[in-house]
Amino acid sequence: MEETVSQGKPINKEQEETLKSKPSILAAIDELEKLRQPLSAAVADETQLALERHTPTQNPPTPETLDKQADDDHTDIYRRKMANCLRRFGRLGLISKAKNGKRELYSTTSVFPASDNTGSTKSINLFTAVNQALHIALDSDPRSYVFGEDVGFGGVFRCTTGLADQFGKQRVFNTPLCEQGIVGFAIGLAAMIVNEAAKFRYRSGNQFNCGGLTIRAPYGAVGHGGHYHSQSPEAFFCHVPGIKVVIPRSPRQAKGLLLSCIRDPNPVVFFEPKWLYRLAVEEVPENDYMLPLSEAEVIREGSDITLVGWGAQLSIMAEACVEAEKDGISCELIDLRTLIPWDKETVEASVKKTGRLLISHEAPVTGGFGAEISASIVERCFLRLEAPVARVCGLDTPFPLVFEPFYMPTKNKILDAIKATVSY
Amino acid sequence: MFQSLDFPGGRVAFTSEMSFIAESSEKRVKCYRVLDDNGHPMSSRFEQISKEVAVKMYSSMVTLQIMDTIFYEAQRQGRLSIYMTSNGEEAINIASAAALSPDDVVLPQYREPGVLLWRGFTLQEFTNQCFGNKADYGKGRQMPIHYGSNRLNYFTVSSPIATQLPQAVGAAYSLKMDRRDACVVTYFGDGGSSEGDFHASLNFAAVMEAPVVFICRNNWWAISTPTSEQFRSDGIVVRGQAYGVRSIRVDGNDALAVYGAIHAAREMAIREHRPILVEALTYRVGHHSTSDDSTRYRPADEIQHWKISRNPLARFRKWIKRNGWLNDEDESELRGNVRKQLLHAIQLAERTEKPPLEDLFTDVYDHLPSNLQEQERLLRETIEKHPQDYPADVPV
Repeated sequence: MEETVSQGKPINKEQEETLKSKPSILAAIDELEKLRQPLSAAVADETQLALERHTPTQNPPTPETLDKQADDDHTDIYRRKMANCLRRFGRLGLISKAKNGKRELYSTTSVFPASDNTGSTKSINLFTAVNQALHIALDSDPRSYVFGEDVGFGGVFRCTTGLADQFGKQRVFNTPLCEQGIVGFAIGLAAMIVNEAAKFRYRSGNQFNCGGLTIRAPYGAVGHGGHYHSQSPEAFFCHVPGIKVVIPRSPRQAKGLLLSCIRDPNPVVFFEPKWLYRLAVEEVPENDYMLPLSEAEVIREGSDITLVGWGAQLSIMAEACVEAEKDGISCELIDLRTLIPWDKETVEASVKKTGRLLISHEAPVTGGFGAEISASIVERCFLRLEAPVARVCGLDTPFPLVFEPFYMPTKNKILDAIKATVSY
Repeated sequence: MFQSLDFPGGRVAFTSEMSFIAESSEKRVKCYRVLDDNGHPMSSRFEQISKEVAVKMYSSMVTLQIMDTIFYEAQRQGRLSIYMTSNGEEAINIASAAALSPDDVVLPQYREPGVLLWRGFTLQEFTNQCFGNKADYGKGRQMPIHYGSNRLNYFTVSSPIATQLPQAVGAAYSLKMDRRDACVVTYFGDGGSSEGDFHASLNFAAVMEAPVVFICRNNWWAISTPTSEQFRSDGIVVRGQAYGVRSIRVDGNDALAVYGAIHAAREMAIREHRPILVEALTYRVGHHSTSDDSTRYRPADEIQHWKISRNPLARFRKWIKRNGWLNDEDESELRGNVRKQLLHAIQLAERTEKPPLEDLFTDVYDHLPSNLQEQERLLRETIEKHPQDYPADVPV
């Protein structure tokens, strides 16, 4: 029996009973529940269980193996809390499809048509996709390293599972708890690698570079992260000439973009949407592949309005596009993917077609990266624009806990803005 | 009843006497010294150096001193925008460099041009960077004294304080992983030791077992801030143990002591895969930079005392002359030559044109991204319209 939980609707007792019996949803809910606890403790518990039972192999772990343990291990307490969670987390529409008892999450490929994959693929989630990319990077370049806080045991989001076992503690290791130390250490290490290898860019001006450096960081709302576990700081980094900022929307994008970032001869900051680590599942090619940087992707074609976004927000925007379609509004949706240097040409071409632009991001609206996109497009497309550029973003406040649903740029806020822009 | 128990980190013995570790030892950590104020060795046990090395060391110290004098004068004449001297710290600069191998990677702060000088950076190369002409390896992008040389394993100077320290640890880790017979040597001042990056890097270096030698030039003054306002510890040397780092305090104005300590430190760092902390006590005789007048915050007679009585060149000179390795004529000739070379280098540097406009945009990334291509195009249009707004010596 197929079932979807629609976003934001209150649960009645009947629904609650039905949903209680769905192990796949339970597994998802208990994961969300775990996010309420200190993250490292929760994941350490579960990972410990998984590691105890899971024999390390050459292959990265998949959600099936890890989730099965989660299912077996968890009790009624999670079923009871599920109803609470469903009320709170508007994003559940994204994640809740159960088919034939087999665990399957709303694949982003069903929302965004996948481009053709050559070779075999496997249905995996975001943290597994990231894990695969890191495996490939460490495997293909013997002078690459992965290090940071809690990386050794597999990471608080499991992105580094199995790496230390396979590549050794000298290449995959924990660092002391000090971000300035980590980044400084990484710059020095990357600079030496590039110097010694001498294979990247022609040495000039500054005779040293740290092009081999990629900094990965989780970002974004998770439903109850509050001030410090929900932030989207990408705008700070977009204001720094010389680095690149890349944000994937899904597992398949994450693996290909991360490999490109690692191999790009410039330092890159790669933001991974925390929300999607576990809950976004997609068919991902098992081989080594790369997706291009500084190229935006049109993931839905339309003719009335252009929407631009990145990361987890795209799934919300996609839902708004589907709803708008019912009112006869044809939306074109673009994933920026690389924020700097960003692909102005693709966005410009789209706006020249539609005449309208809407940008949406979780980060606060003032000084957010949407402002840069808006200003640039107004410069380039002023005479073509039929309406002001709309921005549907987070509020200019620290990220609140109880007020999160009010803070977030929701599907309906976006839908309202689409309609207002189209009828301007 | 247990006398000791396992706790995180290992076994710990108990005591029923409640006592706090004092905030400082009764006696300050002793300072390693070879030559007394008159240039006499205080013991026969010290790292010997050959006549050739000694003379090269002294000549380099003299060259550094003259370079500082000439460039300082040039700034005062308005020919340079800014300059920073290393007055009083010539022994730290040269003697530490002499104790290293050319493969050791140097990450400086900004008061260590003597290390570059020792390794063979020419006076013309120094001058080109200060004048930011097209021969500057930095392509005119940075202020004077921001030297760098890939060829000489000397990372380019950057202004922010202490950022080089954690980078040094990462670079050292790379050397270790590549099994190189080399270490990283990084310099910083007493002021820099207050930065968060200092603490991060000592801790990382110890945990990562990185072959890096941290050299602190404790010269008493961080611009106008004396060490009494910088920290309350017994200098920097005592902090090493707090992070599990072996450390030593050395007389920074004693060339032989510095040479010996750095030579030993580097051996330990490479052989044992460990960081070493060296605190070299010295005095910043010059102003912080040409933008500073240090007589506003410290007594003139204090400066004089260190300039004359505690001069590192004078002390070393006495020892060398007593060995018969140098005479006054040689020194006069050397000074004359260096001065002439520098004046010539400045004349040449000033006549050399600046780097071309395109170097404003290159190297931000490996390739020029489209936003920079567009900005360059727009800028060139503006320059054509308003050429009078732009300096004539930058080729467009």
